[in-house]
Amino acid sequence: MQSFTYERAASAEQAAAAVAAQPDAKFISGGTNLLDLMKLEIERPAHLVDISRLPLDRIEETAAGGLRVGAQVRNSDLAADPRVRSRYPMLTQALLAGASGQIRNKASTSGNLLQRTRCPYFYDRNMPCNKREQGSGCAALQGFNRTHAVLGASEACIAVHPSDMAVAMAGLDARIETISPGGETRTIPIGDLHRLPEATPHVETVLGHGEMIAAVTLPPPPPGRQVYRKVRDRASYAFALVSVAAIVEKSGDRIRSARIAMGGVAARPWRATEAERTLAGAVASDGAFTDAAEAALAGAVGHGGNDFKIPLAKRTMRHTLAAAVESA
Amino acid sequence: MAETDYRNGPTRRAVLEGGVATGVLLATSIPAYAEPAGAVSAAASAAPAPTMPMTLRINAKDLSVELDPRTTLLDALRNHLGLTGSKKGCDHGQCGACTVLVDGRRINSCLTLAAMHEGDEITTVEGLAVGDRLHPVQAAFVARDGFQCGYCTPGQICSAVGMLGEARAGWPSHASADVAAASVALTDAEIRERMSGNICRCAAYPNIVAAIRDAAEGA
Repeated sequence: MQSFTYERAASAEQAAAAVAAQPDAKFISGGTNLLDLMKLEIERPAHLVDISRLPLDRIEETAAGGLRVGAQVRNSDLAADPRVRSRYPMLTQALLAGASGQIRNKASTSGNLLQRTRCPYFYDRNMPCNKREQGSGCAALQGFNRTHAVLGASEACIAVHPSDMAVAMAGLDARIETISPGGETRTIPIGDLHRLPEATPHVETVLGHGEMIAAVTLPPPPPGRQVYRKVRDRASYAFALVSVAAIVEKSGDRIRSARIAMGGVAARPWRATEAERTLAGAVASDGAFTDAAEAALAGAVGHGGNDFKIPLAKRTMRHTLAAAVESA
Repeated sequence: MAETDYRNGPTRRAVLEGGVATGVLLATSIPAYAEPAGAVSAAASAAPAPTMPMTLRINAKDLSVELDPRTTLLDALRNHLGLTGSKKGCDHGQCGACTVLVDGRRINSCLTLAAMHEGDEITTVEGLAVGDRLHPVQAAFVARDGFQCGYCTPGQICSAVGMLGEARAGWPSHASADVAAASVALTDAEIRERMSGNICRCAAYPNIVAAIRDAAEGA
């Protein structure tokens, strides 16, 4: 691990200013991803600003009837919150499908959103990786790429965003509140937080240097039954090959509306808007679910090792939609 | 690996280097195996890094120590405070051997900086027993033979203590059919899912699950 200096932030504004003041400074919260990467010298911050004790650890009701989740709320506390469990069960399911009990006790809400990919070539400093070292190439394109993206990838990068939580939040239309070094705040729809790789996969979000996530706001729970389903190589403590978060609202035997997000398929949680359009007004049936799945994956491109993800994602979506309408 | 005044007992390494007959074979392999991250750091930093004074509250004792900011909580415990019960397995949060309790919650001590835990109440496996009376989870591991080589055991035990608290608080898991249910029935499937952050390479899992089931039932 490279040497760094450490400070504990006194306030959100001070933390943002402290990171902005040094080009190689970083926020640290749970540290479960950052320290792992620092040990491997993939991340090499010169200064760490510890934001884990900022008073951003509450979950509050919003006037609109939703919840405002502080950026420092731990993944385990968010998953266990009775309001989240009853009103946003898909979010609890997604959180509990990720990582281990120990890591969920440490990992923060904002850190979960900003975690880096687990692409093995990103982790291997002997291999080219445009995300780790701009312009060095992508070893995954011709390499071991069974865990990689089938949607929204580029010739520069086919890595996926590893979060489960973010997939559920994308389906719930969460909004990300940030604070900048000057104290300004802004709100970013979760679908706009992560960038697709295009030619600059090392730039992963729209956040500026020193801009800190303060909270995630969940709109009131949309009508319909929520289901999060994750498919992975082992039954626990593994990243998603494919995951689907779905909320389906029925009216009689028809689907009034559906919200669908996918994980494990792209560099960001992937909102399947085409599939949602296909389902709106359709009779709830396996045929409609199949049409939705085909629409969601219409633009999918495999890279050899991950070709299986395309049919797997379709089947997972059909299965998840069926589960969501069962008692919707 | 500076020896400090904070050691409160012999380390495994000191015992091995002292020439215990059974340690001869292990002494050549354990140090290299146990400190992979340290080797990288030493090569990467030519000048000695500045240290930070800090006070950590561990097993109800305040311990003051000067540490390089890079020192993980695990390395602080093992290398600077003489508390070698917490084990270094993978050093990347994947195996759970380093699990300790911070303010009653289980975490991977390898994936956090010691400096981040000033002011916290840290409990290691050394702090679970009261005098000679084992913690119920420790006693259950002994009664059920919940280990083979024992290397993962301190982490398994600390993790189980934290996990039982989570279950008592009604936290659901991936194995729970209804995440909104108010209480948890700790079935074997629940125990296995909740303990998936602790790997046992001897695969003593059936006895580990049995020990935790006993502890949960107050047996």
